[in-house]
Amino acid sequence: MHMKWKTEDGGWSPYLAGSLVGLLAIVSVYATTEWMGKTNYLGASTTFVRAAGMLEQMLAPEHVTANEYFTKEKVRVDWQFMLVLGIFLGALISSATDRSFKLERLPPVWEQRFGSSLTKRATGAILGGIIAMIGVRMADGCPSGHGLSGMMQLSVSGLIAMGMFFGVGVLVAVLVYGRKTS
Amino acid sequence: MSIDQGLGLMTGILFGFLLQKGRVLRFERQVGAMLMKDMTILKFMLSAILVGMVGITLLTDAGLATFRHKPMNLGAVVLGGALFGAGWAVMGYCPGTSIGALGEGRWHAVFAVVGMLIGAALYAEFYPFFKSTVLAWKDFGKIGVPETLGVSAWGIIPMFWVGIILLFRWFEKKGL
Repeated sequence: MHMKWKTEDGGWSPYLAGSLVGLLAIVSVYATTEWMGKTNYLGASTTFVRAAGMLEQMLAPEHVTANEYFTKEKVRVDWQFMLVLGIFLGALISSATDRSFKLERLPPVWEQRFGSSLTKRATGAILGGIIAMIGVRMADGCPSGHGLSGMMQLSVSGLIAMGMFFGVGVLVAVLVYGRKTS
Repeated sequence: MSIDQGLGLMTGILFGFLLQKGRVLRFERQVGAMLMKDMTILKFMLSAILVGMVGITLLTDAGLATFRHKPMNLGAVVLGGALFGAGWAVMGYCPGTSIGALGEGRWHAVFAVVGMLIGAALYAEFYPFFKSTVLAWKDFGKIGVPETLGVSAWGIIPMFWVGIILLFRWFEKKGL
């Protein structure tokens, strides 16, 4: 197996970038245990709960205080919240410096299948987002929390969650995008 | 900014940088994996897992970190995982990559983010219902594969490495 460390578009081999994420995860597990007194694993989806809680607080603060789930997950800007903001910044820095930053109106694959209507894409993405987030909160983790962090710890839940994510993802993707026989 | 927040921000910047360099933030990469045409995101994730599992198991053995398994709650993981898979295919992003995609200019990812915020608010609203139904079916607790099988993690990790490397070789041979 010979491989290149750079891709044609100036990116890095996924094996290289992925391995470096593995190293980052190890350092992060060590650093959070050392400085925060508790091991924290990479994850992203709880931040969406906290952000939703913050937005709701602007409209109905008592409602958020009274909600069992918001109380359980604690609506605050914590380690993971900043990590998710960091993902935005890191992607911005990387793409701006290697000129892969691109303002994109629609994903090309979506456009091929569903045409150039922004309303259609918005509807699909919002509905997909609602279903995905309900699922991920039910499962208690996303591809970062269950997929990366769970499997790194050899968690039973991580393995099964990843199997479900991909298994059903493949099925639905084939149904949604697969009919491109022309 | 507290030390927790500073640490989170630094880790996130590096994570986002590497996600972008690996080119895994793209809609077409995520959907490409689900259509089994482009395995970039699997190569990326599985490489991270292979490296991470060795270091994290070593740290835990040395008492420098603790495992925090998420509960193996059967209904939650199976049904929740299925719902996520379905939504993921349509949306084309997962929670972390949607934010990263915005960072590299793919502004249409904002719709995915809005959808996920609505989903989070709905889940919070209906939490008491889920708690008394799906979440109450069968919980095996916070378990790892090694103790479930009654073997050491070091008995499993080498098999994992061999299996994944064979899978990588197959991906490269097939040009996926």
